[in-house]
Amino acid sequence: MGEHATAHADHGGGGFHVTRKDYVTGFLLAGALTAIPFWLVMTHAVTNPTVLGFVVMILAAVQVVVHMIYFLHMNSKSEQGWTLLALLFTGLLLGIVLSGSMWVMHHLQTNMMPVSAEQMRQAP
Amino acid sequence: MPTTAELIKFIFGRLTIDALPLDEPIIMGTFVMVALGGLTVAGLITRFKLWGYLWKEWFTSIDHKKIGVMYIVLGVVMLLRGFADALMMRAQQAMSFGSSHGYLPPSHYDQVFSAHGVIMIFFVAMPLVVGLMNLVVPLQIGARDVSFPFLNNFSFWMTVGGAVIVMMSLFIGNFARTGWLAYPPLSGIGASPDVGVDYYIWGLQVAGIGTLLSGVNLVITIIKMRAPGMTLMRMPIFTWTALCTNILIVASFPVLTVVLALLSLDRYVGAHFFTNTLGGDPMMYVNLIWIWGHPEVYILILPAFGVFSEVVSTFSGKRLFGYTSMVYATVAITVLAYVVWLHHFFTMGAGADVNAFFGITTMIISIPTGAKIFNWLFTMYRGRVRFELPMLWTLGFMVTFVIGGMTGVLLAVPSADFVLHNSLFLIAHFHNVIIGGVVFGMFAGINYWFPKAFGFKLEPFWGKVSFWCWLVGFYLAFMPLYVLGLMGVTRRLSHFDDMSLRPWFLIAALGAGVILVGILAFLAQIAVSIMKREELRDLTGDPWNGRTLEWSTSSPPPAYNFAFTPVVHQQDAWWDMKTHGYQRPVAGFIPIHMPRNTGAGLVLAGFATACGIGMVWHMWWLAALGLFVVIGGAIVHSFNEDRDFHIPASDVIAVEGERTEALRNVA
Repeated sequence: MGEHATAHADHGGGGFHVTRKDYVTGFLLAGALTAIPFWLVMTHAVTNPTVLGFVVMILAAVQVVVHMIYFLHMNSKSEQGWTLLALLFTGLLLGIVLSGSMWVMHHLQTNMMPVSAEQMRQAP
Repeated sequence: MPTTAELIKFIFGRLTIDALPLDEPIIMGTFVMVALGGLTVAGLITRFKLWGYLWKEWFTSIDHKKIGVMYIVLGVVMLLRGFADALMMRAQQAMSFGSSHGYLPPSHYDQVFSAHGVIMIFFVAMPLVVGLMNLVVPLQIGARDVSFPFLNNFSFWMTVGGAVIVMMSLFIGNFARTGWLAYPPLSGIGASPDVGVDYYIWGLQVAGIGTLLSGVNLVITIIKMRAPGMTLMRMPIFTWTALCTNILIVASFPVLTVVLALLSLDRYVGAHFFTNTLGGDPMMYVNLIWIWGHPEVYILILPAFGVFSEVVSTFSGKRLFGYTSMVYATVAITVLAYVVWLHHFFTMGAGADVNAFFGITTMIISIPTGAKIFNWLFTMYRGRVRFELPMLWTLGFMVTFVIGGMTGVLLAVPSADFVLHNSLFLIAHFHNVIIGGVVFGMFAGINYWFPKAFGFKLEPFWGKVSFWCWLVGFYLAFMPLYVLGLMGVTRRLSHFDDMSLRPWFLIAALGAGVILVGILAFLAQIAVSIMKREELRDLTGDPWNGRTLEWSTSSPPPAYNFAFTPVVHQQDAWWDMKTHGYQRPVAGFIPIHMPRNTGAGLVLAGFATACGIGMVWHMWWLAALGLFVVIGGAIVHSFNEDRDFHIPASDVIAVEGERTEALRNVA
């Protein structure tokens, strides 16, 4: 807490410069990224449900990035790059945990389902 | 109009007089002893009118040093409980052969081994590690406190709250009989309908929030509050390991919280995440809990590695060999800690691809750990090694940990694991690395930093007794378990028919007895040191000829740590200052801005604990009240503007003047 005074001075270098233009851009992008999926679903512009699902999810992912850049002010400079590093680390861990769990659980699902004695005898 | 029975049911939930273990003489005996002990302590505190002092100077303190000390006291107290469980298990296994069934019925024995694991990891190892980091990190980086001092106090009391919930289970109701990770379906509502698993869940949830918040706090402290000039690659190694450990905490504890929350949904509202029916999958619980559990292992060991690095460098009188490689090894372990979790369940049914991948990653993680061992050896090489207590613990660690590491690599081979998993070989392995690594590391750290925290050194004779008893006792207690494991004895058994196994269990029980002497000697060491504190007094603030910034201030440090924030030019900042003729400033002191003590942390954590107890016993009114006060209280406290003050310059001048005087008398 004694560091408070100096910590405030550091904030200037933290890259915390937010302009109205950034907010307006972010707002318009976020609005568009919300409107497009609604429009796709309501007008049945894409008929294949699988394709539609993927398109909506991709737009949602882009939405997340827009929020992080324009509203959470994440860029390579803020907090001397720590926010970006933390984001990348989180992404890496989520990737490991999700893909690893799916891989492991797929194996368990395949190998550990109940089988009859007959199937067991046929097993390689 | 509700009937009396309904009213009682509403107030007490499922708590009835039957929950008291009135028919179990062992538990009642323990309860009487604990109650008498507690009353004696409370009586003495009242007699010497210490309640006000404890409340003002300790319980409500937001000083990181005092919070660190309180964490360590909690860890040592819980060590006594956890070790009592260990003694009970060793005695039972030594007795229960053939026609004898020992003195513990299986339902009690199962609670004992579950409680032993939970307490030793969550309420001994974690408080010791977090306490040491709290005490040392701000001093090492030249800061006056952590980033969020109030949060720090709250985190500590949440950890205490979790410990209280787990301890309560000893006398009211019972504890989980599931092992320390409470795998379903055994921990599900069908197999464990009573309160045991609920005590487990809510104890860990309350303590887990405290750990997570303290992790956030320390990460931010290390990133934002380092003294000017202390770049990342000039940070002391202990601070580096603390940074990595807290990053692991922040990234892994939410997984534990979520897994336990899902298990609670299964138990309380009939969900089917981990059941065998309706789409549930118990294997998912095992997968998820080890995604938290493996990083947890490194959360415990990395700070111990940090302690050893500081100790080896200080007591060899040399810069640490391979500082940069040490940093990279630590960071590599931090990332690799997330890609090895499956080695805890090689035998659950994954195919060869998965097992081979996780087997290889596990072997890879031993490489940075091995590199660290060589760095410590090369630091000692051609150094003037002083065999003080912290160094003894470090040498004991290096020998013991290498053995534990090698059995670990052996277990990392999936085909070998199929033979050894769930056997006493595994038990011997992880006690080998946790006692040989974490416990020895914490004792090294306590002996090393005790003079910094209290202003006098710990007494060496009883310290050496403690060290040798722990070292010898460890080998006696766990080497037989390696042998038994190789012979195929599985873990968690309360009875054996094969009499030929008995000699090994008798040796192991003897070993546990020797460790008991080690623990008692540690308590004696503290008591003797307090009695002889004038002889052991450290007036310089630098009793070991240290190298890092914590040794530049007085022992114990003033509330504000440093009158002026130090400026760092090199690694081993204090050594650099000493060799370049640093002059301590004796004038020009200014008022220092500090946070104010508050009881809010204790009160909020108390209500969180009440909420947990309410959930355990289905006293819904208590759970709702506790949750409401925690959230509402946190919001109300956030409007408290009266949270800081200035230590007047005159006080700083007085304190620093005394130090100048003390230093002059030493010289």
